[in-house]
Amino acid sequence: MSILTTHNLAIGYSKKGITDTVQSALNLQLKAGELVCLIGPNGSGKSTLLRTLTGLQKPLSGSTSIDGKEISKLKQREKALLIALVLTERVEIENTTVYNLVSLGRHPHSNWWGDITNGEDVIIREAIEMVHLEHKMHHNINELSDGERQRAMIAKALAQDTPIIMLDEPTAHLDLPNRVEIMLLLHRLAHKTDKAILLSTHELDLALQAADRIWLMSQEGLECGVPEDLVFDGSFNRAFESKSYFFNASNGNFSMNYPMSRKVWISGNKTRMYWTLRALARAGYVVVQDADVHISVTEHGWEIDNEIIPTIEQLLEKLSTITESTF
Amino acid sequence: MGLFLADLAWGSIHISLREIISVFWGKGTDGINSEILLNFRLPKAITAVLAGASLSVAGLMMQTLFRNSLADPYILGVSSGASLGVALVMMAASVLPVAFVSSGWALIVAAIIGASVVLALVVGVSFRVHNAVSLLIVGLMFGTIAGSIVSVLQNFSNPDAIKLFVMWTFGSLSAVTWTYMQVLLPVALFGLGMAFFLQKRLDGLLLGENYARGLGVSIVRTRFLIVIATGLLAGGITAFTGPIAFVGVAIPHIARGLFRTSSHKILMPATVLCGASLILFCDIISQIPAYTLPINTISALFGAPIIIWIILKKR
Repeated sequence: MSILTTHNLAIGYSKKGITDTVQSALNLQLKAGELVCLIGPNGSGKSTLLRTLTGLQKPLSGSTSIDGKEISKLKQREKALLIALVLTERVEIENTTVYNLVSLGRHPHSNWWGDITNGEDVIIREAIEMVHLEHKMHHNINELSDGERQRAMIAKALAQDTPIIMLDEPTAHLDLPNRVEIMLLLHRLAHKTDKAILLSTHELDLALQAADRIWLMSQEGLECGVPEDLVFDGSFNRAFESKSYFFNASNGNFSMNYPMSRKVWISGNKTRMYWTLRALARAGYVVVQDADVHISVTEHGWEIDNEIIPTIEQLLEKLSTITESTF
Repeated sequence: MGLFLADLAWGSIHISLREIISVFWGKGTDGINSEILLNFRLPKAITAVLAGASLSVAGLMMQTLFRNSLADPYILGVSSGASLGVALVMMAASVLPVAFVSSGWALIVAAIIGASVVLALVVGVSFRVHNAVSLLIVGLMFGTIAGSIVSVLQNFSNPDAIKLFVMWTFGSLSAVTWTYMQVLLPVALFGLGMAFFLQKRLDGLLLGENYARGLGVSIVRTRFLIVIATGLLAGGITAFTGPIAFVGVAIPHIARGLFRTSSHKILMPATVLCGASLILFCDIISQIPAYTLPINTISALFGAPIIIWIILKKR
């Protein structure tokens, strides 16, 4: 079931008669219960698209509809009942507990006075439990770590009880464990609560693992699909095309394009092999079968011409002396 | 409440509590004391409560609106805008109908318009200036401009009008007679009512504009309503008491510190209470010396150190 649909949407900026179209002819669909990651190089228009979909910015042309309702015709409050936001701006409020912060999410639902009824209280507590912050419920938000703070903001969005949640770079400024945790959390929430969750991110490998669907943006346009399909058809490589690195389809990461001129051949143990290859690539060695130098990877180290070398550092030193003398 | 009674009792003539009660029960024993009490001390005490509550709530709303803990009607030039309005009315008094001027409506309308216009200008500037301290300087400049225009006006006015205006700038709670109270009370209560009505939206604004929009708060309308409510409160009070400094910035901080919250549902009544108490207290202190001190002096004595403390705490 598609909740959000765009029709021939063109996004960008229009100032004093000059229009700067960032993306056009977008026909996108957001489905309930799916985590969608919006990725793309800087400047491809991720933020602009998010701002347009949430109605914070007007589209150049085309339209977005949620549940069949045209978004530009909705009132601010009606929009707030459909989309909850988590933004990049840091929230600084003095003397506010996690509970107070999350309760702000109930705004569009509560009466003009903003009473917290028993029913509201249950929803707020549930939202806090879903992001695993119940032990910090009555802590001041200024005492939270960056990861906990982001989870509190997600709880606020959950408390808003909307079919759609949009997050602008929720993993920025977080360390790796927190990035993984936030992604997993969002993935789980999308499946458990049957909400449509759309987020923009720079974390390619995390997005590939957690997303049910990817919106891949580039200067050429936007491609949608299941992550693996986009890897196989080369969309990733096209979107992030560059001379200095390439998208490595075998591990879902970016690899740098090193200038490789010197040839070696290598064989042996798998795990050690992977890291050895990385070191060799960085040092500018290309691995080919007909090379003069042969390295065999063993349990105890690396072997060249029956000599055992214990560390990679020494291996590289050894290689440089051999290859220099042969050329 | 205790402060309210103390404020009634204290003064150049001491009136005992028993006498105060008996005057209120309508069996005044001493003609002079009941005269002082009913026509001088009582309106003064009510004005003190209204001024403290209004200026504090105005300060609270401005701090949330600008997301700047140093915003306050006096610092951001809103009070100066009100002064300009008052000056215009006083110096042009000969042109306006007498009834309009003497009832106090002219003063208050001019002050509210002056206050709202300056506040709207500062809001306009705040879109471009994001630095908290720069915004304060801009507010200060608006205040200075309003002050200069007042000086220019004074040069072209007749001495009577100037004397009247200079008297006003000294500021005093006792300037409010029962006639003026009929104007001040409804305006201040209406402004406070608006502020209470806005408390939920103010909570939303704490998150910042984009988040507030995401929660369904209409930013433009809310900002407009806050400007009007603040103009009513700050302008209305300034029209009769003259500028009172630093209450607006200090009280919201004291209330936040006492109640450990940022929810306006609690902060609004808390600032009303703290603001009213502080001004009553200042007024009592200003009565202690034989010669009554201007209320502005006393409030600055309390308020200015609090601002320094806030700046130091923020670092």
